[in-house]
Amino acid sequence: MLYSAWQLRVPKGVLKVTLANLLVEADLRWSGNIQVRRQTSRHTRGCEIECSPEAVPEFCGWLFSEKGYSFASLIAEEHESQWELRYVWYGNGDDGIVLVVARQPLAEQTFATLIGHVHAIDWSEREVEDLFGLVFKGHPRLGDFVLHDDRWNREITPMRNGSDASAPLIRCLPEREWRPLLVLEAPGAFAMPIGPIYSGVAESALFLLETQGEDVVRCVPRLFYKYRGIEKIAEGKPIAHALLLAERCNGTSAFAHGLAFCQAAEAVCAVEAPGRAKGLRVLLAELERFRHHAGAIREICESTGLLVGTSQAAILEEELLSLSCAFTGHRYLFGLNTIGGLTRDFEPGHCLQLLATAHDILKRLKQVEKMLRYSNSFLDRIEEVGIVTSDEAREFGLVGPIARGSGISRDVRKLQPYSGYDGFSFDVPCEMEGDGYARLRILFAEAEQSVRIMEQAVSVLPGGTVCAGPVQVSPGAALGWAEAPRGAAFHWLRIGVDGMVARYHLATPSFLNWNGFHLAAERFAFQDFPIIMATFGLSVAENDR
Amino acid sequence: MGGWVVRGIKTGIKTTRYPEEQESRAGVSPGLPVFGGEGERAVEVCPTQALSVIDGGVAVDYRRCIHCFRCVRTADAAPVAWQSGYEWAADAAAEAGPATTLDRKAFDHSLQVLVVDGGDCGACLSEVAQLNNPYYNMHRLGFFITPTPRIADVLLLVGPVTDQMRDAIKQAYDAMPTPKRVVAAGVCALSGGIFGPSFSVGSGAADVVPVDVLVPGCPPPPLAILHGLLVAVQRKPPAAITSPAGLAEQAEVAR
Repeated sequence: MLYSAWQLRVPKGVLKVTLANLLVEADLRWSGNIQVRRQTSRHTRGCEIECSPEAVPEFCGWLFSEKGYSFASLIAEEHESQWELRYVWYGNGDDGIVLVVARQPLAEQTFATLIGHVHAIDWSEREVEDLFGLVFKGHPRLGDFVLHDDRWNREITPMRNGSDASAPLIRCLPEREWRPLLVLEAPGAFAMPIGPIYSGVAESALFLLETQGEDVVRCVPRLFYKYRGIEKIAEGKPIAHALLLAERCNGTSAFAHGLAFCQAAEAVCAVEAPGRAKGLRVLLAELERFRHHAGAIREICESTGLLVGTSQAAILEEELLSLSCAFTGHRYLFGLNTIGGLTRDFEPGHCLQLLATAHDILKRLKQVEKMLRYSNSFLDRIEEVGIVTSDEAREFGLVGPIARGSGISRDVRKLQPYSGYDGFSFDVPCEMEGDGYARLRILFAEAEQSVRIMEQAVSVLPGGTVCAGPVQVSPGAALGWAEAPRGAAFHWLRIGVDGMVARYHLATPSFLNWNGFHLAAERFAFQDFPIIMATFGLSVAENDR
Repeated sequence: MGGWVVRGIKTGIKTTRYPEEQESRAGVSPGLPVFGGEGERAVEVCPTQALSVIDGGVAVDYRRCIHCFRCVRTADAAPVAWQSGYEWAADAAAEAGPATTLDRKAFDHSLQVLVVDGGDCGACLSEVAQLNNPYYNMHRLGFFITPTPRIADVLLLVGPVTDQMRDAIKQAYDAMPTPKRVVAAGVCALSGGIFGPSFSVGSGAADVVPVDVLVPGCPPPPLAILHGLLVAVQRKPPAAITSPAGLAEQAEVAR
């Protein structure tokens, strides 16, 4: 019963857990162990709950499995005398965002693992272990994650305060061999490595496919070849500089990440973007989603070898890219967001022109959709391939179009509206099958909704300025979020007393979704692997950061 | 299935006339700042130190410009001059010193390009992927993307080259038969961009492999990458990596 409360399709009001109820219940059940601290900010319908480190696993497990909260991120911070771990949770509508905070003295480097209660946290704990050197007692698989064991000493913890971000670190010498952990034991079993450099135009990542011949029995992605340490190099920089890094954590969804970062910074500095900037931000974010989805559709067609379909989708993608450039100056919408609004305004005539072109492109995209729907050779490759069930998607904490293809219609634009999204009417498409075709249909449906939102954004665009003016940087910390094209993105920003970035943490949709990629890839044949990759449409850069 | 054929024919030819003619479609390039104008303030707001003031105006180092548009959009800064072209690729050898002559014959047939990602943000790679779309269609120029280094003529490298990709890239380069060329595309690959040098990222492709052609841009638009490949096979003359050309030597003389 409680599980169904977690899905949006349950009629509203049947099982509504409001934040106030939650806190009362939590207080009764966990009295002594937790302490509700404060509203995190005036924009957030949420709270920060301080929890004793021993009680965290059970309390978070309760939030996840009984209260239906989704796991967003684990943020570790090293302060002068203590560790501060923040577990970020978000729920439906009024449930708000809940930050569970656990503190421990610096000398105490062992935390309890949550993995027994919330599987989705697996990779987050591994990341913190690698970068901070914290140990999660009971976690079955630590090490060789962000920092590969064959290149970096296990003792190296680059995110610690004492570590110098500008200088190359001393690596392990002599360089060690790395051997993957293979588990398949059967006659003729072998592991097929793909990557980190492989065919075509692909991002660097290594996939180990364990097989006995035809079917992929086990798929282990080894990521973080592209680890750029964005979180570390942002520290000590002005926030305007960190914004450039936020945009470039993933160039193909730069605007959404820039927006999430700006919202975090605006919450810290207590500025609010003017109404016109908010409306334009929605317009541009949806333009980016539209362009991203056209590209994702192109990749799916390409993976199945449907050449005309690929070309048709590629034409639309290129037209959206050049449309973005003609409208804003940049093909990937770099340099538009700024703390307190946007860097430039757009003329009403241009906005209408943008809308007309977007409508035309959508019309042609729908024609492509119709043709794909009747192309048997294409459907054979993506239907009932790469299945992720609803339960699995929930367990692994998947987000974005992938989760929505598996029956989970969570979208932070609806759940925790930002930038005025609550003023627009749009649907969050949801499919139940969880296969490649369901994910493709989600992409088409979302592209259509994006144009619908763009249209409303232009029609109700208020006048005025697009930037709140010079921002007084003040110390503090806040969470900003946005529904990036690939799913929910959360940016945690702490500004120090010197006005520089003290801690910056990015929780990206690809990081959450790669964790569940193997669910889709396993049990299917080798030749389906590139297709499953394409229907997942994940970004390695967004994961590796 | 016949519908696809009809649709393909009905779509007509979308392909650019470049390199025979210049492309004039809107939105093919974000443009770059160009030497001229005046603006100490613009130099101040540049987050990557791409701009500097010399005699006669603001000079630009394209190895550093990341299209943040701060030099044109900061309210109190006089905007710098802006060019909207895309033929930006420069010859690394010519920039480093006296121009060396490349062996023309080696690359006068079709060209196999190995695309390697050294830790880019995804935008450069997305622009490389656009080279195969009907608007740019690099196959018509005899350029093909190959999955293997064993038959590759050109290594097209994007990204600042992260620590964990260094070995793989070196191995891929070593596996390529000679003669070979390296085209570094994107500001990250030219100077480390906004990421490097740092503890996990180098200062560009030249740290790892010898680079022949530099393509600036963040990301470089498809036509700039195409120009880079054409420069690599000497079918197009290179541009200068600074504006005005030879900025480094001028700075040297000034010192």
